[in-house]
Amino acid sequence: MTIRLDPNIEAPDDFYQALIDMHRGLDEAQSQLVNAKLILLLANHIGNMQVLREALRLARDETTTWKQN
Amino acid sequence: MMETLFQYRTPPEIKSGRRQVPVIVVGAGPVGLCAAIDLGLQGVQTLVLDDDDRLSEGSRAICFAKRTLEILDRLGCGDRALGKGVVWNTGKVFLQDRMLYQFNLLPEIGHKRPAFINLQQFHLEQFLVERLHTLPNVELRWRNRVSAVSQHADGVEVTVETPDGRYVIDCEYLIACDGARSPVRHALGLESKGQVFRDRFLIADVKMRAGFPTERWFWFDPPFHRNQSVLLHRQADDIWRIDFQLGWDANPEEERKPERVMPRIQAMLGPDAKFTLEWVSVYTFQCRRMDRFRHGRVLFAGDAAHQVSPFGARGANSGIQDADNLAWKLKLALDGRAPDTLLDSYDAERRPAADENILHSTRSTDFITPKSGISRAFRDATLQLAEHHAFARSLVNSGRLSTPSTYSISPLNTPDEDAFGARMRPGAPAIDAPLNSRNGNTWLIDQVGGRFDLLYFTGTGAVSETMRNMFESLRRLPVPVETLIISAQGVRADIGRCFEDVDGLFAERYDARSGTAYLLRPDQHVCARWRRLDAASIRKAQARARAAETETEVAT
Repeated sequence: MTIRLDPNIEAPDDFYQALIDMHRGLDEAQSQLVNAKLILLLANHIGNMQVLREALRLARDETTTWKQN
Repeated sequence: MMETLFQYRTPPEIKSGRRQVPVIVVGAGPVGLCAAIDLGLQGVQTLVLDDDDRLSEGSRAICFAKRTLEILDRLGCGDRALGKGVVWNTGKVFLQDRMLYQFNLLPEIGHKRPAFINLQQFHLEQFLVERLHTLPNVELRWRNRVSAVSQHADGVEVTVETPDGRYVIDCEYLIACDGARSPVRHALGLESKGQVFRDRFLIADVKMRAGFPTERWFWFDPPFHRNQSVLLHRQADDIWRIDFQLGWDANPEEERKPERVMPRIQAMLGPDAKFTLEWVSVYTFQCRRMDRFRHGRVLFAGDAAHQVSPFGARGANSGIQDADNLAWKLKLALDGRAPDTLLDSYDAERRPAADENILHSTRSTDFITPKSGISRAFRDATLQLAEHHAFARSLVNSGRLSTPSTYSISPLNTPDEDAFGARMRPGAPAIDAPLNSRNGNTWLIDQVGGRFDLLYFTGTGAVSETMRNMFESLRRLPVPVETLIISAQGVRADIGRCFEDVDGLFAERYDARSGTAYLLRPDQHVCARWRRLDAASIRKAQARARAAETETEVAT
């Protein structure tokens, strides 16, 4: 199984709003914990180690190689 | 008894001069003593040298795992260890002031030995020293300090310092079980390399009558010791072992003073608790190992070869498994029943085992002591989720407790040709199961070991004449194979050494059908298995397990 990178979320705007709303009223430390919990919950739901490794690699690479023009 | 057991005597070589013994074991800790007893039981004359004349102090290694207890059974010390130790199977994990969850380390029934006992290291050493003294071919010399070691083609020359002066003695093989600082390793100019962890821990042995159950309790960030971890274990004699994480900045000299230690414990146990402090120590730890565990005729075992953090009880347990792996190989090599290259398999099997232990130990340490803000956030997130969600409990790591290694990639294994379940694959240590014989109930683990054993499973109880003749011929091999016939639940076979799989657990655990057979090495690890037996395959597999594959000798 490989990671899906084509659009797969039914209502992207609804999801994005819900993601931001999840953090409303939280301080930085709480937000960090919430993000961590979200990652752990989603990772367990996915379960497949190959997909998880691809996601981990992509998340890191898209950050370390991203340059501001 | 104590006085004679630990008494120094003038070694005869001081007057009589140099001689050679087959094996010298350096270090009379649990690993060296187990190796010496195992060799003695197999008929190898063995000399143990130790620079001290006392048992270890304080609790030190305390958790002895099921596999270690099975090895101790084979060495004749299991019942004493069990009699003195406290049995536990349950662990509990706390975050701040609440319990998150509990776990059972041995969720299966049908095993002779429990997941763990807690027993102070010095008690185990005492039992082993007493056992050793019942063996006529094993000698233990206290206050005999090895000061130099050199190897030549036929043996090892060992220089020993005693209160009566120096002597030189030779051996064919030397086993260095002389601990983390290993003078033998230094004498040979060898290193153990790895990672030092920047953290300090306080261990206290506390005597008290307390209402805590016999369980492993691990706290993250408890109210009585904020931002650190604490581990509580019960031991024999109403002694409780408490490990407080202190952090790297703690001053070890200050922290071990009773006026610092007592308030910490009082805060943990409550203002009314009555206790006395028996022993206290501050430690740091490392995860490291030697590049190779075999250097010619010198073999390194236990902490001398590899070191781990204490979380997971992987130090003494893995060291005793080293001894278990090595003794039978040395015996065969000394007797000329296996080539010297069999000893290379000690390194090939135990080095990956050490790596496995180091990996688990390093991961536990990283979870217990997060190295960055984000590691800490993930750690706390995992713990908070663990209270309600089983998936998060599998991520919590307060120590992955010692389980024996499977030698999956060992050169001594014969790869499966038939289809089998994975659990008892070649390289795995034999798992226990209850059996029944004419003499009553017994355990599989008590019927095997110390020699090559063939487990033959029959669904009908019938064993053909051809099979019987084959089992008889296997018994007459230069390195004999003893057959143990196991009949299916409810069926009786009535020949030879015959046992009934009384609860059907053997068939389940070994994925056994009528005609299935397993070949076990003297250390009870599986080396081959078949759905249908023939004598040539068994002989070939047994030769392979002795690293003697090219052997042409065939007994009839």
